[in-house]
Amino acid sequence: MSEATQTHPEYNYDIVRKFAIMAVIWGIVGMGVGVLLAAQLIWPALNFDTPWLTFSRLRPLHTNAVIFAFGGCSLFATSYYVVQRTSQVRLFSDKLANFTFWGWQAVIVGAVATLPFGITGGKEYAELEWPIDILITLVWVAYLINFFGTMIIRRVSHIYVANWFFGAFIVTVAVLHIGNSLAVPVSLTKSYSIYGGAVDAMMQWWYGHNAVGFFLTAGFLGMMYYFVPKQAERPVYSYRLSVIHFWALVSLYIWAGPHHLHYTALPDWTQSVGMVMSVVLFVPSWGGMINGIMTLSGAWHKLRSDPILRFLIVSLSFYGMSTFEGPMMAIKTVNALSHYTDWTIGHVHSGALGWVAMVSIGSIYHLIPVLFNKQSMYSIKLVNVHFWLATIGVVIYIVAMWISGVMQGLMWRAVNADGTLTYSFVESLEASMPYYFMRFVGGVFVVVGMVIMAYNVYKTITMKESTADSAADENNAQAQPA
Amino acid sequence: MDYGTIGSIFTVVVFVSFIGVVLWAFSKNRKAGFEEAANLVFDDEPKQPVKNKNQESSVNE
Repeated sequence: MSEATQTHPEYNYDIVRKFAIMAVIWGIVGMGVGVLLAAQLIWPALNFDTPWLTFSRLRPLHTNAVIFAFGGCSLFATSYYVVQRTSQVRLFSDKLANFTFWGWQAVIVGAVATLPFGITGGKEYAELEWPIDILITLVWVAYLINFFGTMIIRRVSHIYVANWFFGAFIVTVAVLHIGNSLAVPVSLTKSYSIYGGAVDAMMQWWYGHNAVGFFLTAGFLGMMYYFVPKQAERPVYSYRLSVIHFWALVSLYIWAGPHHLHYTALPDWTQSVGMVMSVVLFVPSWGGMINGIMTLSGAWHKLRSDPILRFLIVSLSFYGMSTFEGPMMAIKTVNALSHYTDWTIGHVHSGALGWVAMVSIGSIYHLIPVLFNKQSMYSIKLVNVHFWLATIGVVIYIVAMWISGVMQGLMWRAVNADGTLTYSFVESLEASMPYYFMRFVGGVFVVVGMVIMAYNVYKTITMKESTADSAADENNAQAQPA
Repeated sequence: MDYGTIGSIFTVVVFVSFIGVVLWAFSKNRKAGFEEAANLVFDDEPKQPVKNKNQESSVNE
């Protein structure tokens, strides 16, 4: 605490509040749609024979809602909060901030209003049609100006490492979005990519994997580097490691895309480069995970009493798990088994539900009392319930998909002595059914947790200090021997 | 230049930059600055004691 601390400016919490609340709401919507989709795979009648409720149309709605609505709102909220606090200055522009909020909500509503009706560009995670793409670009440029503007007018000499990660996320997502979305519009609701063939595929997965690397990783690592030390009340384990972590991660991620296109028309050397880069990526990923978890060294006991810290640390464990799994699946021979199976879905969800969602949830639980000027959350007990629902739900989900995925991979490649396939596709589908049900149950756990979170957030915002249930919680905690 | 040569040059450049980053991060001159930066996380609480002055230790616990 060597920086001279004068009086702090009045931070713009209004924008953080709006995004934090919307993150919770979109989280329920996006994950709810996910559960519906999981149910449709077991009971196909749940599409009610309406075209706009079919799996193929709701699936992009689910991915857009959880990544860009839930994840996006979480990132906006935390980045605006962290950049102000660690720069000790109010946000560069309140107007731009409000524009990013309403613009982003309009993008999400635009997604809801187009995807179910089959209006799509057809590129995974970049389905939205060109008018919405243009709005995204405008919002993102405003975000970029506001974020970097705040860093430029900062009142401390250092740029805290979390802001480096947020900054890399914002810049790279701008480049990715504009690069991959270049298209020729033929009508208001239809456009065609300017790229063709293998080049189009490479552009798509250059974008697609860096949506994972920068949107879903770098940004959330920024969150990790602020909220883990803050909640653990000790500085990050090694600031040096965090610097190396940053440069290694941002310089490697951008090359990993081709692992989505193993054994396709993509040139062989490109596939190999993608594979090698993905495997090397394991090192910075684990460097970051270790840095986050070791921040707790000497304070492990806090995990016992603080479910918010537990959310953050368990999210890092899932991050470590999926960043081990990812490089392994990027190896061509492993990919030959795993690709196009449920294993991929399991991998994505261990990253998305285990890492991204849990670190966001932990951060939002930290934020809500600060933003609404309360001592703590309404009920720490409910936070704890949410923690267990989320953890058990994710574990059920990914275990189901591992089993189903490996089984599918083995069944699809099995051949008889005469070279014919041993199993038909439908046989593998039938074999997956029990695991689809298991996945559905895991998903329900996660959504129920989110609903409890929404209730807890609502009660926190509306409670009068003295009626806090958490006061009772605290008394209980004190009564029990530590 | 063929792909092999470009690839080799690229590998060497990336390797040298990485070593550069590591040396920079671990140089003695950076130690104080990094410590200062690492503590920015805790330097953001309002100075004037508000009602809940126990903020240091009680936020969210």
